[in-house]
Amino acid sequence: MAHRGRYAADPQLSARMGLTVFLLGAVYVIAIAVLIAVGVNAIVVIVIALGFLAFQYFGSEKAVLYGMNARVVTPAEAPELHAIVDRICALADLPKPRVAIADTDVPNAFATGRTPSKAVICATTGIMRRLEPEELEGVLAHEMAHVAHRDVAVMTIASFLGVLAGLVTRFVFYSTMFGGFGGGRRNRDDKDNTVALLFAVMVVSVIVYAVSFLLIRALSRYRELAADRGGALVTGRPSALASALTKISGDMGAIPTRDLRHAEAFNAFFFTPALASGFSLSSLFSTHPSLDKRLAQLSKISAQLGGTAAGVR
Amino acid sequence: MGLLDTLLGRNKPVKANLDALFGVPSAAITLEAAMGLRPVGAGSVAVKITEGAAFAAAHTEALGLLRFDPQATVTETQDDYGFRWSTVRTGADRVGELVTALHGANTSYAGAGLGPALLCTTVGFAGEVAGTQRSLALVYLYKRGTFYPFAPTGPQQRDSAFELEVRGALGEDLPVEPDLNRWFPVWGAPGLS
Repeated sequence: MAHRGRYAADPQLSARMGLTVFLLGAVYVIAIAVLIAVGVNAIVVIVIALGFLAFQYFGSEKAVLYGMNARVVTPAEAPELHAIVDRICALADLPKPRVAIADTDVPNAFATGRTPSKAVICATTGIMRRLEPEELEGVLAHEMAHVAHRDVAVMTIASFLGVLAGLVTRFVFYSTMFGGFGGGRRNRDDKDNTVALLFAVMVVSVIVYAVSFLLIRALSRYRELAADRGGALVTGRPSALASALTKISGDMGAIPTRDLRHAEAFNAFFFTPALASGFSLSSLFSTHPSLDKRLAQLSKISAQLGGTAAGVR
Repeated sequence: MGLLDTLLGRNKPVKANLDALFGVPSAAITLEAAMGLRPVGAGSVAVKITEGAAFAAAHTEALGLLRFDPQATVTETQDDYGFRWSTVRTGADRVGELVTALHGANTSYAGAGLGPALLCTTVGFAGEVAGTQRSLALVYLYKRGTFYPFAPTGPQQRDSAFELEVRGALGEDLPVEPDLNRWFPVWGAPGLS
């Protein structure tokens, strides 16, 4: 169809995300291979890491809601919020998530839940006070796009490697301190070998941790851009989302850090990150793309949506 | 959504499914026989007002199609959530024409590439049921190709029991949305009474 271009996926964004996912997977495979090659009891480590993963995967929505002091609200309690979510779901053909409100003046919103049917979408009282209904709709559509893209599941599984590498580092560190893996049964030569081996494992783990950390951050930024894009296409109003982003980013920097420190652990789920130190952190380490990048993408989508039949690819 | 789409964070716009609308006239006969509800002869199309010139052009075209029937009157309203409601009134005995007009407007939006922006279409019913005057909308969800009954009884109140009763009466005539969470209220939808 001639008009499909208006709602088409961004091939560049898809390509970058694909590459990131591929690299993460590659690092993961190499790490496991190296661990097994040097003879670490990889099974034990993986089982522990899988336990962490399962906890994160199955407990995420409860933990996040509890941590943010959020409360699930009924349509009677928050009719307008529910109405906006209802309409987004109808437009995007998604099952309706539970709707929650967090009683904090930090202007933010987040979505959690590993599948669309188990999702919870939450807005803070601060964001509802500051934004026009249209802007709030843009923000909630962004969060619903996270749900549709299954970002909680993807990011939890992606961060698995980081957790694994961190565990290996700690595991090896403590075993070196308490006399190595094998205990006293080995002779001196073996023990020297073991120490060298453990040192190698630790170096590998640290490298894996660092690389996977950067890759996960990159992946998170791409997922944010994809959610901006998905949300803007569903509502058909990228400029409303852009204006919400501008408003909130200004506010987020201006708010005292005391409130924000509490929220920082949940940044990965947020609409705009609550950074106590402002926005000066290197973009390489940040979970969200820069405001400029997000606004640039949204204005591109706006031009795409507004294009007449002739102007659309 | 496929695994690849999940990994790459893409969403495909959902295509509208329009043909189920033509089931409304036979459902109207069933509803009248079973519950005494008659069509009020009005229906609305709700579409998200998207940015840019493309929307204005598509909307003008759709309105033109609605006005094609000389006996019909067309009114426009905009709700608080940024949706444009175009309401057609054809008269109670011309449900077939009403549905054709609504279908035409929908097809026109979809043809202009605005299928993803279509929210719902409503067809109004009213009648005296068990001594009470009732109004009811059959709400058609494009993306699902299903209908659900919506029976407002006040500004923010709906009669869910009555809606479920209507679902039972509709039976096989129309595809009814099975997920009750998607029966969202369209308070103040035009053309309901």
